[in-house]
Amino acid sequence: MKYLPFIFRNLFRKKTRTILTIGSIAVALFLFGLLVTIETALNAGVDVAGVDRLIVRNKISLIMPLPLSYQERLRQIDNVSEATFATWFGAIYQEPKNFFPQFAIDTDTYRTVFPEYEITDQEWRSFLADQEGAVVGRVTADRFGWNVGDRIPLQGTIWTGTWEFNIRAIYDGESAGVDESQFWFQWKYLEERRQTSFGGGTVGWYTVKIDDPDHAVTVTRTIDERFANSAYETSTETEQAFAAGFAKQIGNIRMLILSIGAVVLFTLLLVTGNAMAMAVRERVPELGVLKTLGFGDRTILFLVLAESLVIALVGGSLGIGLAKLFTMGGDPTGGMLPVFYLSIGDIFLGAGIALFVGLAAGSIPALTAMNLRIVDALRRV
Amino acid sequence: MVSIDGKEHSNSLIRVRNLNKVYRRGGETIEVLQGLNLDVERGEFVAFMGPSGSGKTTLLNLLGGLDTPTSGTVTVDGDEITNMSGRNLASWRARHVGFIFQMYNLIPVLTAFGNVELPLLLTKLSKAQRRQHVETALTLVGLDDRMRHYPRQLSGGQEQRVAIARAIVTDPTFLLCDEPTGDLDRKAAEEILDLLTELETNHGKTILLVTHDPLAAERADMVLHLDKGVLVEAAEAAAS
Repeated sequence: MKYLPFIFRNLFRKKTRTILTIGSIAVALFLFGLLVTIETALNAGVDVAGVDRLIVRNKISLIMPLPLSYQERLRQIDNVSEATFATWFGAIYQEPKNFFPQFAIDTDTYRTVFPEYEITDQEWRSFLADQEGAVVGRVTADRFGWNVGDRIPLQGTIWTGTWEFNIRAIYDGESAGVDESQFWFQWKYLEERRQTSFGGGTVGWYTVKIDDPDHAVTVTRTIDERFANSAYETSTETEQAFAAGFAKQIGNIRMLILSIGAVVLFTLLLVTGNAMAMAVRERVPELGVLKTLGFGDRTILFLVLAESLVIALVGGSLGIGLAKLFTMGGDPTGGMLPVFYLSIGDIFLGAGIALFVGLAAGSIPALTAMNLRIVDALRRV
Repeated sequence: MVSIDGKEHSNSLIRVRNLNKVYRRGGETIEVLQGLNLDVERGEFVAFMGPSGSGKTTLLNLLGGLDTPTSGTVTVDGDEITNMSGRNLASWRARHVGFIFQMYNLIPVLTAFGNVELPLLLTKLSKAQRRQHVETALTLVGLDDRMRHYPRQLSGGQEQRVAIARAIVTDPTFLLCDEPTGDLDRKAAEEILDLLTELETNHGKTILLVTHDPLAAERADMVLHLDKGVLVEAAEAAAS
């Protein structure tokens, strides 16, 4: 602690250089914060997927339906505690860019299978009582300024025509990673209105809750065998694998983000390392004086490393702090990244990167300073 | 009594025996110090003179543990420093040696107070104790009213006085002064020499001074000449 004033004095010896170095670290860590937030958003489903839930879809494709009658047959399979279903609705609110996911759900079972969506009992009962009722996630409600009681018209694209819904409930996720952009309405309402078109008696996919995640493999196999050689063969997988498959359709985002992150980190090391090397080079005679006064090699190493660490940690805190502030504003894409937040884990990861940059960038200049011979250093006065 | 004969003197604070320093540059070998002997008692003021390149600063560096000899020994107050590890030597310097340089060598980002406090950071003194020591040292050199001034705000003479305060603040065993008046005008140089004389006479400090200035050397109890790596007494040097 007694060296702190000295370290800070040295840091502000060249104010412009220190501020620019801190600035470059801040920008890099801000970029890192945004990249991991995007990565988290794209993998949101994977991160929060229940380990005790399986997705059962039509073996041909996700867009092909499954019969309603499968629900009861799924419930009869050993280790299955509940089976619920949903159908993709895909309607437009005002204009196509206002995208948000809409599902027609089985109101009898959906809440049991997905407890992470928090809705008050009173609002849920109000939703069940109104056949045109809808439940909407907090993010989408805030995005369009919807409140409970509002009547919302959607333009159907699969089942055409104008569909009107009454917002009866707004749900919140129980944790930060839960998608709060969904819009649910009663499957019975869809079923009733589409009798004149197509798809009657079918659902989009089933979500099966199992009593123990250890039984996932057995249950998966049993389900697919049960419906093999039927008109509607199934493909069953864990919810996590299903969500990961979805994320992969966009491309290997993680790899892309890691590549950009690695380039940024490397550049950061060069910038900070160069600044520290210059700082030490300019100060060789002073380091010689310190050693003359009795400052040991380790103390000199510590003083230079501490400067590098302070620069990196101040810049890192600034960058991560700005990224956190930015992400607190919510999804900047208007619905493409519904789960848009910088997690505590990623904040600590950012701090760890800043720490690493400080240590790595400062290590060579610090070792150079440590190994200086006093007589050589003093000769440069 | 200062002596260079190499005979044992029981009262020696600094004892140098058969000291050699050889530099090798490329294929060339330069013998800077050759078999040098020296005994200095506590409280003595010794000046070293000699032409440039005669090895004065090299001798000072070896006495202060800043450099290691090619052969020979340097013993200070019973501690043989020539065999010490780098770590022990740094700690020994902090406790026993006060350095005063020609170019003052103050840290520009620290105030006079901060510069004088630097050696005390290596001690276990509390902040309040450090403050007290620094104020005492700066008062002793007549700069108690300049504590908050940075080196750039001080004259050359004042900077050197801050450097002297930094050298004495830990109450070291002896002071090593390398051309302390070399960068000063005559008036400022006299003030610095007065201060060094006062440190010797009133505070019993042992001082080893390297200088080109005969007026500075006059202040010493004994003047030794260093020429071609060999120490001789001033009278002997004048005769030759």
